Amino acid sequence: MSPLLEVRDLQTHFFTRDGVVRAVDGVSFHLSPGETLGIVGESGCGKSVTALSILRLIAPETGRIVGGSIRFGGRELTTLSNEEMRELRGHKIAMIFQEPMTSLNPVLNIGTQIAESVVRHLRLPWRAARDRAREMLELVRIADPKQRLAEYPHQLSGGMRQRVMIAIALCCNPQVLIADEPTTALDVTIQAQILDLMLDLKEKLGTAIILITHDLGIVAETCERVFVMYAGRMVEEAPAASLFAQPRHPYTRGLLRALPRDEAGSDPTGARPRLTEIPGIVPALTQPIPGCAFVPRCAFAVERCRASPPVLTETAPAHLVSCWETARVAEAVA
Amino acid sequence: MALTASTADDTLPPVGSLVARIATFVRRNPTILIGAALLVALIAMTLAAPWLAGDPFRQAPINRLRPPSERFWFGTDQFGRDVFSRTVYGARVSLIVGLAVSGLASLIGLAIGLSCGYFKRIDGVIMRVMDGIMAIPSILLAIALITLTRPGLGIVVAAIVIPEVPRIVRVVRSVVLSIRAQPYVESAIAGGTRTGKLLARHILPNTLAPLIVQATYVCASAMLIEAGLSFLGAGVPPEIPSWGNIIAQGRTFFQIAPWTIFIPGAFLAVTVLAVNMVGDGLRDRLDPRLARRM
Repeated sequence: MSPLLEVRDLQTHFFTRDGVVRAVDGVSFHLSPGETLGIVGESGCGKSVTALSILRLIAPETGRIVGGSIRFGGRELTTLSNEEMRELRGHKIAMIFQEPMTSLNPVLNIGTQIAESVVRHLRLPWRAARDRAREMLELVRIADPKQRLAEYPHQLSGGMRQRVMIAIALCCNPQVLIADEPTTALDVTIQAQILDLMLDLKEKLGTAIILITHDLGIVAETCERVFVMYAGRMVEEAPAASLFAQPRHPYTRGLLRALPRDEAGSDPTGARPRLTEIPGIVPALTQPIPGCAFVPRCAFAVERCRASPPVLTETAPAHLVSCWETARVAEAVA
Repeated sequence: MALTASTADDTLPPVGSLVARIATFVRRNPTILIGAALLVALIAMTLAAPWLAGDPFRQAPINRLRPPSERFWFGTDQFGRDVFSRTVYGARVSLIVGLAVSGLASLIGLAIGLSCGYFKRIDGVIMRVMDGIMAIPSILLAIALITLTRPGLGIVVAAIVIPEVPRIVRVVRSVVLSIRAQPYVESAIAGGTRTGKLLARHILPNTLAPLIVQATYVCASAMLIEAGLSFLGAGVPPEIPSWGNIIAQGRTFFQIAPWTIFIPGAFLAVTVLAVNMVGDGLRDRLDPRLARRM
């Protein structure tokens, strides 16, 4: 199947007083219709900037896309006019943000906020748009949708607001939904409900989802394919099952080893082993990094890693890793 | 009796609840209410001036500098004109100036403030211009404008509006800057909302509450400045009875006829107080952190 969205060698830089921040530095991936793709990485690794770049929402005063291409449905997004881009946003590609508490306008009622997008993109009259808004609230399983339409955001709980955000995002039947940490601000039971809802709607509507998160648990449950980012670069891309079964990049390995595991319960004393952390910190992105960005924190680093950046290569079917020392890493895992 | 009471109970609850709601509103917002009541009384007085008061221009040298009496409630001035009639008509000028200045300054300030807060490119330049305008004293501006044209109400309004605009601009701009950074604005941009719609629907409504509050303060200060300008002879032409003019003309005789100064002065003070009370009440009421359900 031809990819719906194809990002090639995307580079987004921010221009600050301290120098150029290479927030996204050569990211390539593709998304097929109806697929769920996870983007994982720690804070500041460029996940959100990648998402914002796709919608061209990087504030021009601070940064811009300096290289690469983003193709969506046969069109090159980096060269579209602002007006064409506005037509696309919220219509073909929708986005939901991390903060359900503040992502809705406090002075407008729920119905208006959903209907607004319908009127804008589907060019329906207001009355029909209100009906569509009610349908959407039913779809995201909000009880008593008719009454909720007239309510204001402060009358809704966090989980309900995120449902409304999903309703707004999906009301124009987008082909791609970008969810930037959609459940981070919610408590665990609501997280599960929201994720279930998103997957369920994906099945119903056939929307492809890009799920940005730092929670590997969420990725394991929801995503078909995952790519891991570190310091603005891609370090590993694989089907979710393959990634969790056999992480091939030292960073991914470190991330997975930092997760609490159930098997600790089999210890007769009940003591849990100390979790392993990845030593060191993320490098400053203002300095050009000649080799692999993970070198200072990597136990496998050799001279070649410092000198030249590793290339993303396919080491197993559909499993791409950007590391010079995959053979040694694999040995250590086994 | 019991029957009528029960029917009343069946049919009247909306009215009863309305009365109760008004009572609750009054209890919770005494300042707005007192201020508004004073203003309504003042406006009623202004509208009813032709029936309420005599001719404010009629001179009667025989009745010069009469103290307040049954015939001349507020006494007479040095030309024998009735101070009560003049004060009642003088309210017109104050109200017109207050409303015109706050209305015009709000509209202009809102437009400039919205564009400054939203379009960062023009922000720096326009705000420096605003700082410059803010430094112009309205009295000097009024004198300059009057020397260029003829004195009149329009000139007074313009002379007060120009230095007041930057105050509104600052308030609106600061609100726009903070609202712009709100996730729901980002979210609306991500949803493909056009700039005009974004401003009108998502940003403008949030600026209205602070704008209304600021407008009442501008209104009060405009009334004071107008009186000051008229007192100095740089305001409305001396033949028009405005509170500032009445005070200015009574100044020479105020030791023997203090009512010519104190009475319009008291009206001015109470009017400005009433406007400020409404402003303070609205500020408390419209602040979402302080607002409670009525």
